[in-house]
Amino acid sequence: MEIRIRLFAIARERAKSASITIELASGARVADLRLELARTVPELAPLIPGSFVAVDEEYADDSVLIQEDSEIALIPPVSGGLGQAKGEGPDLKEEKREEG
Amino acid sequence: MIEITEGPIDHHGLIDQVRSNQAGAVCSFLGTVREMTEGRRTDSLEYQTYHEMALKKMTELETEARRRWPLLDVVLVHRIGRLELGEICVVVAVSSPHRDQAFESCRWLIDTLKQVVPIWKKENWADGNAQWIHPGINAGQ
Repeated sequence: MEIRIRLFAIARERAKSASITIELASGARVADLRLELARTVPELAPLIPGSFVAVDEEYADDSVLIQEDSEIALIPPVSGGLGQAKGEGPDLKEEKREEG
Repeated sequence: MIEITEGPIDHHGLIDQVRSNQAGAVCSFLGTVREMTEGRRTDSLEYQTYHEMALKKMTELETEARRRWPLLDVVLVHRIGRLELGEICVVVAVSSPHRDQAFESCRWLIDTLKQVVPIWKKENWADGNAQWIHPGINAGQ
């Protein structure tokens, strides 16, 4: 299946495009998407481990299944963010503090 | 009220908007464009957003804040595009019966917004370099 990935900020700049389309096998998960994106666009490879992936506008961990009609985005850390992506997105319900 | 806008933010209007006869407290936060960061001079900032997801996350923030505190009204407005020194990039305004609830929720809202809402900042440094700010990843110049 063809999957379009929206890109923002440094990723958009590196890829020189607001989105990239990659080919994934059906049944692929976010972890597979990370690998394939790094392989297809080597300029993005250094950014991918530290970025979040959003599936249908929700932070998604590596085990989330990707559907053909999923809306996918690569989300580099935001400026007041936690500074690391451990495969799942920041949680609204936990209080985490960081200097602003 | 949740909004992402490209134009200047009327913070007086937004703060007035949350006032209420049921409120004993209004608390607001303005984020503004800072000139000096660790000795380096900023010329301007540029904000980019994943618009649909940002609005969704801001709406979730309001819902969660209202669950935690008895808020009468909540305003979250973020500006995107190019901003000059001193301009307002983000406004949080809340009203509540008592001041503790207003202070705590306002602080929580701005801290959490900066962690979970997909809006990115690019520093246009006065030395001519430009840099997207992504804590934790080495994005280089």
